[in-house]
Amino acid sequence: MSNSLLTRRGLLKTSAVAGAGLALPTIFTSGARAFTNDPTGGTVTLGFNVPQSGAYADEGADELRAYELAVEHLNGGGDGGMLNTFSSKALEGNGILGKKVEYVTGDTQTKSDAARASAKSMIEKDGAVMITGGSSSGVAIAVQGLCQEAGVIFMAGLTHSNDTTGKDKKANGFRHFFNAYMSAAALAPVLEKLYGKDRTAYHLTADYSWGWTQEESIAAATEAMGWKTAEKVRTPLGAGDFSSYIAPVLNSGADVLVLNHYGGDMVNSLTNAVQFGLRDKQVNGKNFEIVVPLYSRLMARGAGKNVAGIHGSTNWHWSLQDDASKAFVKSFGTKYGFPPSQAAHTVYCQTLLYADAVARGGSFNPCSVAEALEGFEFDGLGNGPTLYRADDHQCFKDVLVVRGKENPTSEFDLLEVVEVTPAAQVTYDADHPMFAGGALGACNPGA
Amino acid sequence: MDAILLQILNGLDKGSAYALIALGLTLIFGTLGVVNFAHGAIFMIGAFCAVTLSRLLSLSFETVDPTKTDFLGNPATIKTPYVEAWFGPEFGSAMIDWAVPLAIIFSIPVMIAVGFIMERGLIKHFYKRPHADQILVTFGLAIVLQEVIKYFYGANPISTPAPEVFKGSFDFGVMFGFDPNAIIYPYWRMVYFLFAAVVIGAVFSFLRFTTFGMVVRAGMADRETVGLLGIDIDRRFTIMFGLAAAVAGMAGVMYAPILSPNYHMGMDFLVLSFVVVVVGGMGSLPGAVAAGFLLGILESFASMNEVKSILPGIDQIVIYVVAIIILLTRPRGLMGKRGVMEE
Repeated sequence: MSNSLLTRRGLLKTSAVAGAGLALPTIFTSGARAFTNDPTGGTVTLGFNVPQSGAYADEGADELRAYELAVEHLNGGGDGGMLNTFSSKALEGNGILGKKVEYVTGDTQTKSDAARASAKSMIEKDGAVMITGGSSSGVAIAVQGLCQEAGVIFMAGLTHSNDTTGKDKKANGFRHFFNAYMSAAALAPVLEKLYGKDRTAYHLTADYSWGWTQEESIAAATEAMGWKTAEKVRTPLGAGDFSSYIAPVLNSGADVLVLNHYGGDMVNSLTNAVQFGLRDKQVNGKNFEIVVPLYSRLMARGAGKNVAGIHGSTNWHWSLQDDASKAFVKSFGTKYGFPPSQAAHTVYCQTLLYADAVARGGSFNPCSVAEALEGFEFDGLGNGPTLYRADDHQCFKDVLVVRGKENPTSEFDLLEVVEVTPAAQVTYDADHPMFAGGALGACNPGA
Repeated sequence: MDAILLQILNGLDKGSAYALIALGLTLIFGTLGVVNFAHGAIFMIGAFCAVTLSRLLSLSFETVDPTKTDFLGNPATIKTPYVEAWFGPEFGSAMIDWAVPLAIIFSIPVMIAVGFIMERGLIKHFYKRPHADQILVTFGLAIVLQEVIKYFYGANPISTPAPEVFKGSFDFGVMFGFDPNAIIYPYWRMVYFLFAAVVIGAVFSFLRFTTFGMVVRAGMADRETVGLLGIDIDRRFTIMFGLAAAVAGMAGVMYAPILSPNYHMGMDFLVLSFVVVVVGGMGSLPGAVAAGFLLGILESFASMNEVKSILPGIDQIVIYVVAIIILLTRPRGLMGKRGVMEE
């Protein structure tokens, strides 16, 4: 006989009911928290991770201006900029999915570890649902990896290395900017037309991911049209004075110098090359030429008159006369008093593309965003018809071949577009050897 | 052979910059006993004196030209520099063209003032502190100075060209019977080398042949005894700090056309200049100059493809390898004196 009301069976029953009761709410909440930083209030936070200090701080500052402009336009402020010309009409100027867009910023310092730390802090502390920005391929690849692990979307800023959407591609990462292969594919025919098939090139290359892939791409494209490569010389990043690397070019037999440098390195190496009279030199009965495959207006300003007549490629230029470019230049120019750089353009596009993908997919879930972006064809963002390829998350669009102006009329009017290379000419197979290795993997919603 | 000659020439201008910075560092170390990590920043500020003067001379007033439009389609504004309006277009544009050489005159008082403020305002409070404290405070000061410059001038390099007459290069090859264009050397780099030689000569003569210099040298040898003779050696040493700042500043001004100034150019030179000072021998002025040129030339040689194909990456470490070898064989450096930093 037992006086106790507590039986073994009763205890089991009670425990099971209590357990189910306790677990019940988490069934619903786990649905609500299906992905990292699901915005639950009336706002959504984006994380702008740009170099605010370090050698690319000027590019970073221009990126931030464009982000602020994009946020203003998304929230219905200003003149709407490229929202008015964008082919997709999912965005209504009321934020994203009705949530007001807010943002936090981080400083990448153009260092991979600092960039990862600032991205991590924006995701974990500030609840950023998407990370975007940057001005270096090393940084982009590092932050893209972090975003993949954390389960947020990464919309890359300035990153030109083949590896970003090649061997280091990730399912959560997307690149609007063009890459080294595309620069080479666009430049080679122009160089052939200008300088002929019988040329010998000498490469000076920044010794990191971007430099290597650009050197490989340019050498392959020029060799395919008959050029020879005399030498490929790697230079340390931030070498300062490049004269000791320029001097051997004089007697190498080369008649073209390819500078695979960016930012301050490009400014210094180009200035040194011009000082050493390379541009006035005759080799093999031909004028010596210099090529800077990746150009930016901010760099051209640093190199001053030395850029005159030198060819390169760029993702976008403010002098383009299509409606979208004009709308963007007008918005940006009215707000800040000068035309936007290609860095500003690409990050503005990335912000709009992200917002649009959320709106079309109806969710901030990274997997929904990725699905909406994959294979997305659009127009009206300044580059003509563009495809976000599903296989590698790379945008395919026209590439601009530009030349340094001989007689610039202002400090912004430094480059002129000599050719718009159609997207078809710069498109490559997703399994192209230069992009081989690595896999997108599956999208990670985190949480 | 022509490649070797070319690299020797190449090393001379880099060596000139190292020598000028190292000379200033050694002067400060020899007189005040301070290891000044802010000296690279002074070089950088000198380069920005050239940028500043070039911008001051280019200050313009705007007039609206209704016949042209700007990038937004509004009537374009035409900028006319004040100097061209005041002195006539020809003389005005010549002044702007010669901004870098003119900046030498502009930089001397500015740099001496910067040197005085640094020494009186901050560094003098650290004379009796250990070297580690001095290094920390001057290194911090260097970071502050470069951030200040970045705030005002941005992070990208700023093109500061040499006057038009110095554009182009001189063909040494033809002089020595080589093919044309085999050994060419930019005019401005020749100017830089000659300028460095004159400045170094002037500093040595000043210390050698003036009473002031004699007292300073005596102070460097035995500060206490000179003080006991009733000479205010501290005041003279402060002046030497200003002089060292002016030397580094002028080196920076003249280097601006060679390397477009940016805010971290000082740091790039500082570390190498310290190696130069150590290799030359702490406290030895001739040692600093000799080591500056030696390491500049060696660095150029190491960048040659022939050398790099045997020893990949040697161009980035050659200076440190040489420093290690010299310090192992001659612990006091090339011309170091007994007793310096050995107590």
